[in-house]
Amino acid sequence: MSTKRKVTKIVLYVLLICLAVTMLVPFYWMVISSLKLNKDVFSIPMRWWPETMHPENYRVIWEKLPLVTFFKNTAKLTLITTIVQLCTSCLAAYGFTKCRFVGRDVIFLMYVTTIAVPWQVYMVPQFILVSKMGLNDTHLGLILMQAFSAFGVFLIRQFYISIPDELCEAARIDGLNEFGIFCKIVFPLGKPAMATLTIFTFTNVWNDFMGPLIYLKTKELKTVQLGIRMFISQYGADYAWIMAASVCSLIPIVIVFLSCQRFFVEGVAASGIKG
Amino acid sequence: MKNGKKTFLTSGQKRKIRNNMTGYAFVLPNLIGYTVFVFIPVIFSFILSVMSWDGSQRPMQFVGLQNFADIFGDRIFRGTLLHTISYALMTVIPTLILALLLAVLLNNKLKGVAVFRTAFYFPYIASIVAVGAVWNMLFQPDFGPVNEILKAVGIADPPRWVVDKDWAMVAVAIVSVWKYMGYYMIVYLAALQGISSSLYEAASIDGANGRQKLWHITVPMLTPTTFFVLIMLTIQCFKVFDLVYVMTGGGPGNATKTLVNYIYEKAFTSWEFGPASAGAIVLFVIVLAITLIQFSGERKWFRDM
Repeated sequence: MSTKRKVTKIVLYVLLICLAVTMLVPFYWMVISSLKLNKDVFSIPMRWWPETMHPENYRVIWEKLPLVTFFKNTAKLTLITTIVQLCTSCLAAYGFTKCRFVGRDVIFLMYVTTIAVPWQVYMVPQFILVSKMGLNDTHLGLILMQAFSAFGVFLIRQFYISIPDELCEAARIDGLNEFGIFCKIVFPLGKPAMATLTIFTFTNVWNDFMGPLIYLKTKELKTVQLGIRMFISQYGADYAWIMAASVCSLIPIVIVFLSCQRFFVEGVAASGIKG
Repeated sequence: MKNGKKTFLTSGQKRKIRNNMTGYAFVLPNLIGYTVFVFIPVIFSFILSVMSWDGSQRPMQFVGLQNFADIFGDRIFRGTLLHTISYALMTVIPTLILALLLAVLLNNKLKGVAVFRTAFYFPYIASIVAVGAVWNMLFQPDFGPVNEILKAVGIADPPRWVVDKDWAMVAVAIVSVWKYMGYYMIVYLAALQGISSSLYEAASIDGANGRQKLWHITVPMLTPTTFFVLIMLTIQCFKVFDLVYVMTGGGPGNATKTLVNYIYEKAFTSWEFGPASAGAIVLFVIVLAITLIQFSGERKWFRDM
């Protein structure tokens, strides 16, 4: 029995290792290619280890691409969008769960009916609207169009429902006003849901491609994704440089992912299984 | 006057007004943003779909269902529907099966499970631009590693992937499966961990082996999750844009152009907002139909349980 179990275990490990290697090979290839000479990326026979290292590729792309600007832009967009999203979603979720007011259910119904509408359905009129406001090709336009989502309100609301009303009632008797109850009791209790929403918004905005593609035209305003894309179409045959730029674009998200992995995984579980 | 007004309101009414004000104060910041940037555009896209407009100062013109007639008469649009459906057919089932397989493997009590989970999940959080760039090189038809490996295992004439109109969508679908299965694996893992261990214990007492437990407990218990994953994946397929855009740009020819590519090009390169919105409404109807299936399905699972 124990030998049989050992064999199963070894088979499992071998299987998992093979699968993991297959999944990660593209990233390995990306990194080694970024250290080769442009002409050696597609050398035949294939080399899984570069003969000579060329880390200067990274210096070259740093000079050819205003990467610092791109990173700053992306960081700014990500940070502001996430904060606006978090604050307004928490406030609204509190209103929908702990306050009673005329028209609450009607307003909430409006959120319910539009949550399933994909962004691609209304991106065109949204773009027209933002342009008419004079916010086309600005960061503000991009922030505003991404910062308000029914998903955020839903996610936080779902969590706030589980906070017992008695807790708020007790605070009300103690003389705290609604805003005080929100700040001192409900908001701090909602941290797990906020972590989920933060991770979700962060990855979405950081990796977003179509939004910036539609909204940002000025080079100085572009995001990392858009900048790398621009670089790829400009230097189509400089394979090693393209790979080096791609590696650079992945580094921040890798760091965030590895340090907050738990939240990523819990977030998928929380938002994925809504039944 | 001020005093007179006060006497008209009982303290209960005053409290009600105050409660209303507080409620609105909490909801308004999000409500205003949501109304302006989401709700109004959604309504506006329905209006635009029956209008002819290029976004200039010229007023819009009501054209009825002409935009729909135009796009359905457009060979390219019909093509995009076909490509989107073939993309969905190639990705949904493989992603689902692989995600389930990975989740079942990772649900064993093994050391280092977290490392494997990270490895499988990682492609999901990597940006599409970087992922598209590296896969385009891997799929390079003449010297790319994928074809080198295929040649090494004896396939003398491997497909030319993204430059071949018959294979380009297959290449995009492979990358999509690779990228998204880790996400659904996590969804499955959460569902697996929700299955009560008493079921397995009872089965063990009745003498069930591992495979029987998998088929008679795990798989049936996962049916609602599978249904959910199926719906999410299908909707995601109909929304595909980025991956196609960075890998093939809709080409070669129009071979991989999808529904959202069509909407994007109509709106932002030829500035025909009418047909673009008509295309968007078609996308909406498709997603709505899938969502309605989901609702009726969910009702069924909940009644059964």
